Amino acid sequence: MAKITYIEFDGTEHVLEVKPGLTVMEGAVKNNVPGIDADCGGACACATCHVYVDDAWTDKTGDKSAMEESMLDFAENVEPNSRLSCQIKVSDALDGLVVRLPESQH
Amino acid sequence: MSEAVVSDPKAKVVIVGAGHAGGSAAAFLRQYGHEGPIVLIGEEPLLPYQRPPLSKAWLKGEADADSLALKPQEWYAEANVALRLQGVATSLNRGDRTVSLASGEVITYDFLILATGARARELPIPGADLAGVLALRTAADAESLKAALGEGKRLAVVGGGYVGLEAAASARALGAEATIIERESRVLARVACDTLSTFFQDYHGARGVKFELNANVEAFEGENGHVTGVRLKGGEVVACDAALVGVGAHPNVELAQDAGLECTGGIVVDLEARTSDPRVFAIGDVAHRPLPLYERQFRLESVPNALEQAKQAAAAIVGRAGPAPEVPWFWSDQYDLKLQIAGLPFDADSTIVRGDVAAARFAVFHLKGDLVQAVEAVNAPPEFMAGKQLIAKRTPVSKTKLSDPAISMKEVAA
Repeated sequence: MAKITYIEFDGTEHVLEVKPGLTVMEGAVKNNVPGIDADCGGACACATCHVYVDDAWTDKTGDKSAMEESMLDFAENVEPNSRLSCQIKVSDALDGLVVRLPESQH
Repeated sequence: MSEAVVSDPKAKVVIVGAGHAGGSAAAFLRQYGHEGPIVLIGEEPLLPYQRPPLSKAWLKGEADADSLALKPQEWYAEANVALRLQGVATSLNRGDRTVSLASGEVITYDFLILATGARARELPIPGADLAGVLALRTAADAESLKAALGEGKRLAVVGGGYVGLEAAASARALGAEATIIERESRVLARVACDTLSTFFQDYHGARGVKFELNANVEAFEGENGHVTGVRLKGGEVVACDAALVGVGAHPNVELAQDAGLECTGGIVVDLEARTSDPRVFAIGDVAHRPLPLYERQFRLESVPNALEQAKQAAAAIVGRAGPAPEVPWFWSDQYDLKLQIAGLPFDADSTIVRGDVAAARFAVFHLKGDLVQAVEAVNAPPEFMAGKQLIAKRTPVSKTKLSDPAISMKEVAA
C-alpha cells in the first residue's frame, strides 16, 4: 500500500492507504474524497480529476501524455505541477505522495 | 402539497436505483455532511458500478468488478449507507411516504430519490427470446456478451448507435467478426452528424466490421434454442454466434407514474432535480430535466448528467447551494479513437468541420448563428475543451477563425 495525502482546497487533509495499480484518482473516488469528480472514470476525457502534485514528487509521478497535456491546457487554474490524477498510477515508489486539490473542477 | 418542505440534513433519504446516479447521490450526501440515514435500493446483485467500461475495457478483459465499483463494500458500512441489493421497489405511496419492496419490506422516507435508470429497448420480433440474443446495460449482460466473443466468433449487432459501435470495436479486438445492422442509411443516425457517421463507418470498415444499412430486421433465427442468424427483410440472413441488440432505451418511469408524479418522456424535474412532489427527486437516465442553455427539457443518458443531478438532489436535501450548471457532454472510445462531444446540436443552422478527417483528428462544430451549440471532437481535446467553454459562455465566435486550424482554439475562444 502507498500512503497518499489529498489536501482539499480548504485545507482538509485525507491520508489514505491506496493499493498499487489503482490511479491517484481512484484512490480518492473510492474513499469519497470531495473535490475529485472524475466524470469520465479515468478515460482522460474530462479533466475533472485535476490535482497539484507536491513539488517533492513531480519527478516520481512521471510525464504527461500529449492527451493529458492538451486536456490540462484548457482546465481552470492550471500550474506547472498540475496533473490529471487518473493518469498517475500508484506504486510503492509513490508511498508518501502529497497532492492538493483545486478550488473547482469545472 | 401544502406543507413547506425544507431541507433537512438529518432527514432519512431513500434512493431507489443503485446505478451510477443512485450510488453517487449517496456519496455526495455524505460528502455534503448529511447526517440522516440513507437507504440505497438496487435490483442488481452488485454494488453501484460504472457502466461505460462494459462495452469497452470490460469486454476486452481490461477491467474487473472491483475496478468498476464506484466504492468498495467497506465504504457503505463506514458511511452508514444501508444497502438493499436485489431489492425491487414495487410501489411508492407518497401520502405515507413509503416505498414497498417485492420482499414485503416497507421503507419510510423523508426524501426519496428515484434513480431507476433506463432499460434496453427490445425488438418485438420472432426469436427475440433465443439464447445468444443479448442486450448491453448491466454487468451480467456484458458477461454474457464477453463469453460469446473470441477468435473466430461472429457477432451481429442490431443498431448502429454508440453501444453497438463500441461493442463491434471490442469484438474486433478479440478476434471476432462483427456485422452492424442499421435501419437508417447511416450509423449514429440519431445522435451524430453526417460527417461523423461517415467517418466512424469508414474507420470500422477499415478494421473489418461489416455493415448492413437500410436494413430491417425481421427475425432472429435459431437452432436448439440458440441464435444462429439475423434475418433481414428481403430474406438475407446475417449468420452469427451471438446477436447484440442496441436500439435505444426506455426510461423506467413506472414507479413514478403509478404514484402520480408528472412524467413526460421521463420523470419531469426542475434544476434541483425535484419532481412535482417536493419530497421526491429523480436523477440520471430516468429524469426529464431542464437544459437552461437550450431552453428546453430533455432526457440525457450519460455519466456526467447522472453526477450533476446527483449533486443537485444532494445539495437540495442538505440545504447547500447547488452545483454550477454544466454543459452536457459525452464520450466514446473505439479503437484508438477518443470521441468527445460537448453540448447538443439543438436549433443549429450551420456546421463547421475543423481539422483533418482523413487523419482522424478533427472536430465538427454546430452553430446557431455565431453561437456554438455543440462540438463533436475526434482525437481533438483542445476543440472539445474550448468548445465546451464556448457553449457555456454563450459568447459569439468568428466562423472564419474557427474553420482555420492554424488559429489555436485558445485564440478562437478568447
